[in-house]
Amino acid sequence: MKRFIAFVKKEVYHITRDFRTMLILFGMPVAQILLFGFAITNEIRDANIAILDNAKDHVSEKLTHKLLSTGYFKLDSYLQSTDEMESTFKKGKIKMVIIFNKQFGEDLTKRHSADLQIIADASDPNTANTLINYVQSIVRDFVVDLNRGFTAGVRIEPEIRFRYNQNLKGVFLFVPGLITIILMLVTAMMTSISLTREKELGTMEVLLASPMKPIQIIIAKVLPYIFLAFLISMIVLLLGYFVFGVPIKGSLALLLFELLLFVLTTLSLGILISTVAKTQLVALMMSVMGLLLPTIILSGFIFPIENMPMILQWISNIIPAKWFIIIVKDIMLKGSGIEMVWKETLIIAGFAFGFIMLSIRKFNVRLG
Amino acid sequence: MLQKEFRQIFRNKGMLPIIFIMPIVQLLILSNAATFEIRNLKIFFVDFDKSSYSIQLKNKFFQTDYFLTTGESENRAIAEEFLARNEADIICEIPSDFEENIIKYGMSKIFFKINAIDGMKAGLSMNYSLNILEGFIRNLNEDLSFRLNPQMEANRIKNININFSNWYNERLDYKTFMVPALLVLLVTLIGGFLSALNIVREKEIGTIEQINVTPIRKYQFIIGKLLPFWILALFVFTIGLLCTRYIFNIPLSGSLFVLYAFAAIFVLAIMGIGLFLSSVTDTQQQAMFVFWFIVVIFILMSGLFTPIENMPIWAQNLTKINPLRYFMEVIRMVVLKGSGFSEVKNHFMIITLFAIGTNAIAVWRYRKKS
Repeated sequence: MKRFIAFVKKEVYHITRDFRTMLILFGMPVAQILLFGFAITNEIRDANIAILDNAKDHVSEKLTHKLLSTGYFKLDSYLQSTDEMESTFKKGKIKMVIIFNKQFGEDLTKRHSADLQIIADASDPNTANTLINYVQSIVRDFVVDLNRGFTAGVRIEPEIRFRYNQNLKGVFLFVPGLITIILMLVTAMMTSISLTREKELGTMEVLLASPMKPIQIIIAKVLPYIFLAFLISMIVLLLGYFVFGVPIKGSLALLLFELLLFVLTTLSLGILISTVAKTQLVALMMSVMGLLLPTIILSGFIFPIENMPMILQWISNIIPAKWFIIIVKDIMLKGSGIEMVWKETLIIAGFAFGFIMLSIRKFNVRLG
Repeated sequence: MLQKEFRQIFRNKGMLPIIFIMPIVQLLILSNAATFEIRNLKIFFVDFDKSSYSIQLKNKFFQTDYFLTTGESENRAIAEEFLARNEADIICEIPSDFEENIIKYGMSKIFFKINAIDGMKAGLSMNYSLNILEGFIRNLNEDLSFRLNPQMEANRIKNININFSNWYNERLDYKTFMVPALLVLLVTLIGGFLSALNIVREKEIGTIEQINVTPIRKYQFIIGKLLPFWILALFVFTIGLLCTRYIFNIPLSGSLFVLYAFAAIFVLAIMGIGLFLSSVTDTQQQAMFVFWFIVVIFILMSGLFTPIENMPIWAQNLTKINPLRYFMEVIRMVVLKGSGFSEVKNHFMIITLFAIGTNAIAVWRYRKKS
């Protein structure tokens, strides 16, 4: 046992000695979560628009004023003719042009119907869509005001409630994903590199020749990384909780248990990589290309899986992170208990078991 | 020196396929996976009314390709469970006196509950639903006003018709938006990683000492190191552009020359950053970590996924020191809108300053070291 503790100590020294890597390991998640929380939003405010007012009458001015007073739009310029649209769009300064027809107000009073034209820069489709929706709802309100006093036709009032994330904050989606990536990065990548380093430098032989059992060596090697991974996940959780109000609705014990299960999976992946890779660079490439990138892209961390083509959706099923993210989201944001996530938990447990078996086999083969 | 670098690149048989095939694979997978286009939202109905109006409204939802019905029930708890299990994205509840209220009072209510863990998806779901509701109301109005007062009322109600057109991407195809921007990512990764790892590698192996004692001048050394990667990055860029044109069928509206000129300067700027990192770190692993860290922040702040205009002002100001942001803007403007040199003049100036700045710092750092 004493020997074991000494070995763990050696590992801890190894890790903490590389100050820069430590700084990045702790700095990266903190910087990312702050960025995501504060800077990355899909809420559109102050979108630059141009207005081409051919009517210049009382009604068009009123509607313009209403559009600009909502905070969604900011007036970039008044255009004089349709020819200017193209060049203004090309400068990339505006997102949308609103065109009032010549007799906008007159049409409205005489014919009770007027035409409004919107041209959106759809090179960013979602923004275009959202902006058009904004204009539609503002104009809708405007028309209701105009019709006040008349029987304004049928009204159906929608009442909308956003569940699990009332203010539509992006961080809510991001915290579970970030924890997953960090666990992957620290446990799988760092352990695979640290194990191959011993191999590359030849010190692995020395260790194996020591009276410690191989399994003890491995456990001693990965223990500090497990601790590190936990520590960083806790920092992310706390930041999310205190700075952005990301709740932990479910049971913390269950969350920690799932965390541990996932760490086992990624650790065994890391060990597996280290048994295959000969040099640090190869281990690094394998964990980046084989683990990190697929995890970032296909786990549902940033991009919703439902929208992907079927093939990619199938592939996403063999990525443990996908299941883990579902679990963390459910526990943290929906407050689900084990009865809701047992299926995903079983899948991860299956992965963990499979990878551990595989890496033990590989490891033994290598010894022989 | 140049010959040596080229030979080193081509000798490494393992790296070559990675350099050439990776970009294409990445482009194919990413462009398909990296989509925020939202369709097939799963909607669950709780219809307490079961009237002809409520059925009409539901049919409106079926008719679009934005929504998929996952189920219907008169039990709220079941609906909630669907939402909790991710089997529904949105619940639409129609109250029991829906039709009666419309006919009697011309007013009714409807409830939506939306799973908002993904905030953006929730926002779009809401917009889609409201649009459908709006269409339903319009139909009702035409219907009702005709029935009640065939001539008068219908003419009384004022209306503004909105016609909208989506320029530069009529079908609102998300790939058209993403693919050009992904090219920026590729070029950054290739140019940056290779240059960041290169000098550090020589340092780690110890061969940098050998180069330092040769009569080669500092600027020759830097150019010799950078030129091969520069060519390589532009080559990858070319492959990417060809994919954009022929695999994704996105026509290049603007001038190819402007695009290449910008890419050339941009790669220089990125390589400057790579070189600088290379000279301040000690091992390849460290260089890789640091570069990864910086690139992730650059990517998040570049407007690749979320428009820069949406960020708070301080964050928008921060993006001004992000070279990726400028290339991202330029490539989207040139490829999709056909902007010419005069429209991206400022971007050119800024990126040139970046290129000069980062390389100057890199050279200065390097000199100090040797």
